[in-house]
Amino acid sequence: TSGSVRCASVARIEKVLIANRGEIACRVMRTARKMGVRSVAVYSDADRHSMHVAMADEAHYIGPAPSQQSYLSSEKVLEVAKRSGAQAVHPGYGFLSENTEFAEQCKQEGIIFIGPPSSAIRDMGIKSTSKYIMSAAGVPIIGGYHGEDQSDETLQAEAAKIGYPVMIKAVRGGGGKGMRIAPTEADFHEQLESARREARKSFNDDVMLIEKFVKNPRHVEVQVFGDQHGNAVYLFERDCSVQRRHQKIIEEAPGPDISPEVRKKLGEAAVRAAKAVNYVGAGTVEFIMDAQHNFFFMEMNTRLQVEHPVSEMITGTDLVEWQLRVAAGEKLPLTQEEIVLNGHSFEARIYAEDPNNDFLPGAGPLLHLSTPQGDEVTRIETGVREGDEVSVHYDPMIAKLVVWGEDRAAALKKLRYCLRQYNIVGLNTNIDFLLSLSGHPEFEAGNVHTEFIPQYYEQLFPAPKAPSKEVLCQAALGLLLRERTHTQEFNSSSNDPFSPFGFSSGRRLNVLFNRTMTLQLGESKVQLLVTYNADGTYSMKTGGEVFHVSGELQKEGDATYLRCSVSGTMSRPKLVILDNTVHLFSMEGSAEVSVPVPKHLAGISVSGSQAGAVAPMTGTIEKVLVKAGDSVKKGDPLMVMLAMKMEHTIRAPKAGVIKKVFFKEGSQANRHAALVELEEEAEAEVEAEASA
Amino acid sequence: SLLPFRRSPAVAVRLYHADNVATLGSQHDEQSPVYQENFERMQALVKDLKDKTEKIKLGGGEKARKLHISRGKLLPRERIDRLLDPGSPFLEFSQFAAHQLYGKEEVPAGGIISGIGRVSGVECVIVANDATVKGGTYYPITVKKHLRAQEIAQQNHLPCIYLVDSGGANLPRQADVFPDRDHFGRIFFNQARLSAEGIAQIAVVMGSCTAGGAYVPAMADESIIVRKQGTIFLGGPPLVKAATGEEVSAEDLGGADLHCRKSGVTDHYALDDDHALHLARKAVRNLNYKKHINVTVEPTEPPLFPAEELYGIVGENLKRNFDVREVIARIVDGSRFDEFKAFYGDTLVTGFSRIFGYPVGIIGNNGVLFSESAKKGAHFIELCCQRNIPLLFLQNITGFMVGREYEAGGIAKDGAKMVTAVACANVPKITVIIGGSYGAGNYGMCGRAYSPRFLYMWPNSRISVMGGEQAATVLATITKDQKTREGKEFTAEQEAAMKQPIIKRFEEEGNPFFSSARLWDDGIIDPADTRLVVGLSLSAALNAPVQKTKFGVFRM
Repeated sequence: TSGSVRCASVARIEKVLIANRGEIACRVMRTARKMGVRSVAVYSDADRHSMHVAMADEAHYIGPAPSQQSYLSSEKVLEVAKRSGAQAVHPGYGFLSENTEFAEQCKQEGIIFIGPPSSAIRDMGIKSTSKYIMSAAGVPIIGGYHGEDQSDETLQAEAAKIGYPVMIKAVRGGGGKGMRIAPTEADFHEQLESARREARKSFNDDVMLIEKFVKNPRHVEVQVFGDQHGNAVYLFERDCSVQRRHQKIIEEAPGPDISPEVRKKLGEAAVRAAKAVNYVGAGTVEFIMDAQHNFFFMEMNTRLQVEHPVSEMITGTDLVEWQLRVAAGEKLPLTQEEIVLNGHSFEARIYAEDPNNDFLPGAGPLLHLSTPQGDEVTRIETGVREGDEVSVHYDPMIAKLVVWGEDRAAALKKLRYCLRQYNIVGLNTNIDFLLSLSGHPEFEAGNVHTEFIPQYYEQLFPAPKAPSKEVLCQAALGLLLRERTHTQEFNSSSNDPFSPFGFSSGRRLNVLFNRTMTLQLGESKVQLLVTYNADGTYSMKTGGEVFHVSGELQKEGDATYLRCSVSGTMSRPKLVILDNTVHLFSMEGSAEVSVPVPKHLAGISVSGSQAGAVAPMTGTIEKVLVKAGDSVKKGDPLMVMLAMKMEHTIRAPKAGVIKKVFFKEGSQANRHAALVELEEEAEAEVEAEASA
Repeated sequence: SLLPFRRSPAVAVRLYHADNVATLGSQHDEQSPVYQENFERMQALVKDLKDKTEKIKLGGGEKARKLHISRGKLLPRERIDRLLDPGSPFLEFSQFAAHQLYGKEEVPAGGIISGIGRVSGVECVIVANDATVKGGTYYPITVKKHLRAQEIAQQNHLPCIYLVDSGGANLPRQADVFPDRDHFGRIFFNQARLSAEGIAQIAVVMGSCTAGGAYVPAMADESIIVRKQGTIFLGGPPLVKAATGEEVSAEDLGGADLHCRKSGVTDHYALDDDHALHLARKAVRNLNYKKHINVTVEPTEPPLFPAEELYGIVGENLKRNFDVREVIARIVDGSRFDEFKAFYGDTLVTGFSRIFGYPVGIIGNNGVLFSESAKKGAHFIELCCQRNIPLLFLQNITGFMVGREYEAGGIAKDGAKMVTAVACANVPKITVIIGGSYGAGNYGMCGRAYSPRFLYMWPNSRISVMGGEQAATVLATITKDQKTREGKEFTAEQEAAMKQPIIKRFEEEGNPFFSSARLWDDGIIDPADTRLVVGLSLSAALNAPVQKTKFGVFRM
């Protein structure tokens, strides 16, 4: 019976090694713990103090920070699996999750690889093969060239045959890596080279395929699951259309505005695809969908996807639990008929990146981190805590915020509410962008497609609004109360704790004390004239308006709240003051106000770094395009940097003459390091005149 | 039952077994006409005080201030604000120095701001020239105020920070500024002696320091100068030109570059005022100074009654009696007062309290001093000196009792006992004149001549050898007697005509503004601020090491 199978087989997985890091490692461990399965973590130098290491029942070191030498090293992972006595390996996503060789090595060592058979990975990993198989199984596919002749001429000819625009994609690629779009024939060559370069770096393979590029398509994918008994089911579709840099940032299930008929057709096509490769475990069949809801097979991801929680939320399942059960040889827990779609779910990916700077990935410490309260309908999937660092070595995703609601509107409202409670200080994040994206009327209407962000760019990046005068008052109050706290700390550590000189009352004899506080808002400075009233309140005058301000700091757990009254309006924003910057978070949004650093504290370093281009983040210099003595115009490319597994072109911040190039190709540059010394044109001209 | 026992780590809690102390003071009938009249009168006096102070706060004229700011300099009060620990109080002295002292010449605050504030956690005396007032030159009263600040530093062992921006002695008044013992030269004498006592001397040159003024930074332990702003020279460019014919700019003659790089007159080079004050704060941090408190300290709590009630209790009319205990109840921690000899010599109230946790022995007047009151006062002062408890005098005294019976009873002898005790007491003494301060009562209650560490006046108070009317009557009686001897008539009109200007003059000269202008006190304060001012003064006074008291001969 199935019962006895379950008992017999589940008993085989008592310890699972998670060959991954970050949120997914933590996610798998949670389910393992729930099922009574012990977890084994692996970690690199960069992750010694990471959350997944702390969470695991045991953890093993597997090498230096670069993933090639740690998380991508199948030997090291297997060695740990054997040493720790784990019966199974969960690869998570990325890293070794779709590595055929690794899956096979596991099998040889008698360790269960939690994923599909290696043959399915291989077949689906090579896009040309996968399309051929799908076509044969009756799954609709899109036109393209998947040939072996990789000469520039052939590829270009095939592209012309398919018709521009075309997409150039690495056959082994994924996640947007090694993928470029050539809108016209003129762009083809440059894009091809760029795609190849990235593919070589990422997959050590630069075989390309060319595909018709569908304008404004939707990206719809179906969650499928197969077992070792030949069963396969679908858990409905997810819409992951809204992307930036060809990577998803917001996903939902089910797809908006998809009729039950189309849904059924999608699901059945996906199950056909899975069955065509004897699929076992969790998989995702990706389709592109045009405006008429015609869909075409794109690829199959033979792993648990980042966005799997939205499918779990609408079906009430735990897909990691399914993975472990199926890997143990159990039958699928539910039949297709038993899987019922209920409600709507969103996932927003919170990234360390700068949306205002082309979503440039970031890294750095999470100096302050506070999240909404997790519950049955709110999941915070994360692998970091306050004080942790988003490492330059790995994906800059900080967390996934997953919410569920009875319908799309309810879920969306909940998402936005929770996003406002997700407060991070220390690095740039996309939270404000996610708020503006999820609040866009077209998004609310469900009119999503892959070109959504470029199309509504203007509206999604509204001109930054200066904080209101009330917010300035709050910031000033925050600073004053911090001063008070510092003074109190000093007092209580002294042997004279009650001296009235230790009061932060600003008391003066017969007059009220007032002081001017200067606050920095981006480029401009604002002055507040603060008067210390005798009753402990403050009057703050700015821009001809006077506000009556009072309040106190309230500690709640690790967070500090500023309970304040500004001219009678009470509020309680979260307050974070780090270095010279005040951060205020409230339901009305976040505000950032700085205190200008006095000249004598700013030091001399200012001039040096601004005179040239600086590295946006730590990375390797891939290409140096200029040499000393070159004249450059503003915006001219100076260097190409490889960082966060992406290429970045460093451009001249202003016109001038290159005086010195500080880095050569292949060298490592730290974040904010000056790359070149640039002499401004005006200065250069003056000098030229002087010498002439 | 056992009460939960709270222990603060820094201070031993002394409320042993939760001693319940009866509190002092009573709720006043705010509707009573006397209370209301008192309140309104005092409120008007306080408003007048604050309005006058607001004007003084501005410093020199608008033109001078604008010129000062246009040079990138901070106004002297801003300099002090930024020197102090952010938001911490500043106990300013003698805001009314030079008030109506030089005829039509207005010299707000005497052209110099002095006071005590916390810098890098250390209580310091700060002296700042106000260059917007007559170029920061020293009037006679400016010298007196500067010397008084140094005296305060010496008595209370407080580091001194001089924010220098002064043209030196006021030349037209050089005779009253230069030659005497307590004139300009005494500033540098004091700097040397204070430094010798281990009291740090820090100078920040933020403007000119010419001639004698050059010795302020030169005599300092550590000095800071602001580039293109501060200059130090014995003779300025005009004098150099006159003496040697050499033409030189002020900056080249004595600027920051010269003094930090070549002469070594200054030690630290500041980019601007802000930077200079930052360096001064660092200098204080590097004093390695720690305040050692030689008294017990208890957690503080506010009085039970609002301080503003003092207005209604005391009022303006000095003839109206009030119980000084009601004043004490609005000044001390928790309105708690452990009275000493409550039933003996009851025109003098003595007892122990705490203000901001510091112990204090309070002596207050509840009428004219009799022999018993004077002896009780002497006894209480002896107790406080024995126990190292600071003394607070709440002075409202018409004098010692006169009359045959009292002279025969030895009132002079008993009064002398109290005066001896006050004079010799080496514990910190703080005097607040809350009403009248007349005659020998002023001596017994620690007037200026008895060197209290600090002396403040309420705006309703009066100080003179006797009341104006008494003085007029005394003089009229003498005249009348003389006329009678000469067989001349002295009509009631003549008497009135004679008395009137005397009364007027006494009224004028007894006024706290008249007193404060001449530095007979350290400032006029709002009665509602008494607790704070006394607290700040106590805190400052406790920086000085304990000095044992040795009393002179008490005439028995």
